[in-house]
Amino acid sequence: MRKGEIYLASLLALFSLYLMYKSTELPIGYISGKGPGGGFWPFWLSVGMLLSCAGIAWNWWRGLSPHSVSNEPLMDAFGWRTVALVGGGVVAFVALIPIISMYGGICLFLIYYLYFLGRHSWLMTLAISITLPIALFFFFEGAMYISMPQGLPFTQPFFDMMYNIIY
Amino acid sequence: MEVFSLITDGVLTAVQPINLMLIIIGVTVGLFIGAMPGLGSVNGVAILLPITFLVPPTGAIIFLAAIYYGAMYGGAISSVALGIPGASTAVATTFDGRPLALQGRASLALVTAALASFVGGTVATVFFSLFAPLLADVALSFGPPEIFALMLLAFATFVGLGGDDIPKTIFSICFGLVLAAVGFDTISGEPRLVIFEIQGFLRGIGFIVLAIGVYGIGEMLWTIEQTRGEVTTTNPKMTAKGLASDAKEAVRRGWRGTWIGSVLGFFVGVLPAAGATPGSLMAYGVAKMTSHAPEEYGKGSPDGVAAPEAANNSASTGSMLPMLTLGIPGSPTTAILLGGMVMWGLTPGPRLFVDESEFVWGLIGSFYISNLVAVLINLAFIPLFIWMLRMPFTILAPLIFVLSIVGGFAASRSMHDLWLIVIFGIAAFFMRKFDYPLAPAVLAIVLGPIAEPTLRQSLLLSSGDPMIFFTRPIAAPIMLIAIVLILLPAVKLLRRKSRVAAD
Repeated sequence: MRKGEIYLASLLALFSLYLMYKSTELPIGYISGKGPGGGFWPFWLSVGMLLSCAGIAWNWWRGLSPHSVSNEPLMDAFGWRTVALVGGGVVAFVALIPIISMYGGICLFLIYYLYFLGRHSWLMTLAISITLPIALFFFFEGAMYISMPQGLPFTQPFFDMMYNIIY
Repeated sequence: MEVFSLITDGVLTAVQPINLMLIIIGVTVGLFIGAMPGLGSVNGVAILLPITFLVPPTGAIIFLAAIYYGAMYGGAISSVALGIPGASTAVATTFDGRPLALQGRASLALVTAALASFVGGTVATVFFSLFAPLLADVALSFGPPEIFALMLLAFATFVGLGGDDIPKTIFSICFGLVLAAVGFDTISGEPRLVIFEIQGFLRGIGFIVLAIGVYGIGEMLWTIEQTRGEVTTTNPKMTAKGLASDAKEAVRRGWRGTWIGSVLGFFVGVLPAAGATPGSLMAYGVAKMTSHAPEEYGKGSPDGVAAPEAANNSASTGSMLPMLTLGIPGSPTTAILLGGMVMWGLTPGPRLFVDESEFVWGLIGSFYISNLVAVLINLAFIPLFIWMLRMPFTILAPLIFVLSIVGGFAASRSMHDLWLIVIFGIAAFFMRKFDYPLAPAVLAIVLGPIAEPTLRQSLLLSSGDPMIFFTRPIAAPIMLIAIVLILLPAVKLLRRKSRVAAD
């Protein structure tokens, strides 16, 4: 935890510096007759972020924050594995949306989570993974008129069939 | 008398068929969402915000406020039955609700929570009806310097209440404000902060993207990692027959906590950024401090359930007062409600009570009706909620992820924003591991678009002289209070150090 805190503060400080640099693309000073320039607000807030990071580093150096004196690991192997499997699953879900559509992504994600992570039976897994995307389709496309991403052309027959039911 | 006539009009607006239906649906949905571990009113309101575009603004805010109310009632369900707060506002409810459930008195705990929530919500609505017009009158004389001073006060309250780590709270506020500045400069119209030249940032970063990322993805990853995915359930005994006698016992043994929570919760809820969580914790503390039998607290005291439950409902109503009258949200949920109002074309703040009188009083009227509907639905559905909470967490968790992603896309219709939700979610998880408070960032991304133009307009009015904030009769005291609140933690730290040195 001790190393993690200073690494995270350093990363956030670098990001703050980047934001300060980006803010200077617009004037950061006072323009007569126009007031503060467009970069004024984000620039000084980024300075605030940077100073906060300095404060965090100071507290870390003095051992004032609980994490700065902790020798505990950020997460144990089980924690890292769990977060990687769950977080990775969510990342894969979003990455698949432009390919197999939102509803296809939901179906695959649920199969992955329920069967492989949750260790539920195939019957339970398939019942939820098929029912939920269909229910969401009717809710969003039918009731709310919100079109979700439909993926590559090979998914079109499915959507044609479903739209025939709605309209 | 004018207030009573306005309240009557408001109640009549709230009981119009479409609004009444929205209240019933909103309260029911909110109860379920609030009862789900890992989901709170903030998630429900954020996820269901896109749905509100189907109805007029009055119906939309009534629906979201009903969800908010319902979730406040529902939070107690999992606190009592599972020992896991359904929302952060129900943390204090676990202290005595869980021991009662373990003693086989889950029914008493849940009935106490429902009745206390009803009283808390109703008392707060009465206060709201009486004080809101007063505050609105004062608010009418607010110009850009006064509004900016109020924004500063909102952030100062967050610094004061945000915990021990002030630099992390300030970082979170500044971070949210910078995110709100991404896109186009609203005054000059020029592109600004297009991060890594990714064109998607030209559209800006919506508060809903950050809210779903933090509360949907980040919160779930946190829960899974902390509990190792093994959220245990219990099988509390509940019978319909015992509900009436439990209700009598709840009134007899929980009235003190209920009144303390109702009054205290409202005034804490009104404070910008305080919200229902500190309100419920404070009410629990005060109820225990002033009790004749403090030793019973933590072992299953109905007063210990009633105080935080009355307070979180009272505070949730209270937090809407500064949101509507001054444009300052008192909690992350009202920050999202505030964002929603801006999206519907309404401008919260001084002129809302004048320009949108029907909207405001319709909302206040809906508070009374929502409370009544919520307590009835809550009592009727208690056995069902217990059944639902038996759903394995390995089913619940993926459903929440799916709702977050689908809800996020429905709000923005952009894959860029969907990726931002995932990135914010993962970042929020790691930042939370190091105790970065994230609620201030969510508040800041909503308040940023109000704070920046008012600051720049004020400085333009004064030709760049910042003394404009200290010379106007309303802005000056607000600025001074804000500065005191900002400096307060530092003063406390110095006093603590000098005391240690003296010892």
